[in-house]
Formats: sequence, C-alpha cells, structure tokens
Amino acid sequence: MSTRGVTVLYFAWLKERVGVGEELVELPAGIGTVGVLADWLAARSPRHAEAFAARATIRAAVNQDFATPDTPVSPGDEVAFFPPVTGG
Amino acid sequence: MATIRVHEAPFDAGAEIAALSAGRTDIGGIGCFVGVVRGGDGRDAVAEMTLEHYPAMTVRAIERVVAEAEQRWPLLGCTVIHRTGTLRPGEPIVLVLAASAHRQPALEATQFLIDWLKTCAPFWKQERMRDGQARWVEARAEDDEAAERWR
Repeated sequence: MSTRGVTVLYFAWLKERVGVGEELVELPAGIGTVGVLADWLAARSPRHAEAFAARATIRAAVNQDFATPDTPVSPGDEVAFFPPVTGG
Repeated sequence: MATIRVHEAPFDAGAEIAALSAGRTDIGGIGCFVGVVRGGDGRDAVAEMTLEHYPAMTVRAIERVVAEAEQRWPLLGCTVIHRTGTLRPGEPIVLVLAASAHRQPALEATQFLIDWLKTCAPFWKQERMRDGQARWVEARAEDDEAAERWR
C-alpha cells in the first residue's frame, strides 16, 4: 500500500451502486474525516455520486469501528460505507 | 465465556443449549431467542433472503454487544450464532442464549442482546420475492426504538 492509501469498502446497496465492494484510494491532503472523504468519493464518478446521494442514510466504520462524519481518517485506515444494518 | 459464531451452516438450538450448560450446576435459567426468516404471502411473499455482512467487523461488533450485556446482568454464559448467505422462509437466522442463576437476568439479557444485535452488528438483508424482484430490507424505526429502550 502506498503511503497515503486508504482502503474503502462498500456493502449492500452502496456496493451495487458504486459497482465495486472495495477500492484503494490515495487520500488527498486535507481529507481528514469520514464526512470529507465521503464528499470526495461522491465526486469520483457518476456511480459514486448516485451511491452517496442519500447521504443521511449512509453509515460508516473506520478500522471496523462504527464512525460518524467527524471521525478522523488517516492513511492506512480501512473505511467502510454501508446502509443502516438490518441483521438479527 | 461467550460463544460467538457467524457462518452459513444451520445451527441446532438444542445442542447449543446443552453445550452452554454442560457440566454446570450454577445456571438456573437460560433465555433463548431464535430469529426465523419470515415468508409472508401474496405478492410480497419472500422466496429467499440473503444476508451480507462485514466479515472483518462482525464478530468484534457482536463481542461488544455481549460485553455490554455482561456488564449489565450477572451472566454465566452466552451464545450468539448468526447465519449468513441465502436462507429460505422458515429457516433460522440467529440464535441468542443467555444463562444466569435466575430467570429475570437470563430473559432480560436475551432480549437486550437481540435488540442491540439488530442495530449494532453489520449485517444487511436482501429479500428476493416470488416474482423475482430483489430488495434490500430497510432498517425499521421500531428496531432503533427497541435498542434505545436499553440506553
């Protein structure tokens, strides 16, 4: 992994809309939180834009812990985006 | 102390209860919840349900919920098994067992565990209807409210 690489995972309908379940992205300088990362990802392609359109319903995790838009993101992290969970 | 498993294979609730209490005389009651795939009928009838999850996170998330239950009730053992993959109506999805010296903590912890699993464990259900249409199950406000009762 490069020095500024972040692994981004998508689950459920986010994965379907983006078209991949996982992508490795280079974290541009200035992107330091989950919320800012989501904004940046949404601008990557029309599919990303569609996936992130319903932003209020999207949940996230950083390194397998539930996160909020304010949670910090650093190079080397695994950041997952997904709909509200529906197990049980 | 807790047994936590996430897999596609079916589980045997009776065998899990036996395993939880084997060789012990301190347990006075075991709460048990089995979640089952609901089929429904008519146009909305579910033909099958597929459970996706976040493998690297799932067991950790369940462990956290179990740890919270252990803080709140004097549990003597606990089992959580959650299935993944494609299941048909009538098949069991999830098993929660909570053992304690008395029935009240066992039953309360069982309800707490399933209520929190529904909102804190990274699983997503997709239903395929009899007409072939697939749809992601949406999170229900009632599930959030059920989890919130315990906060």
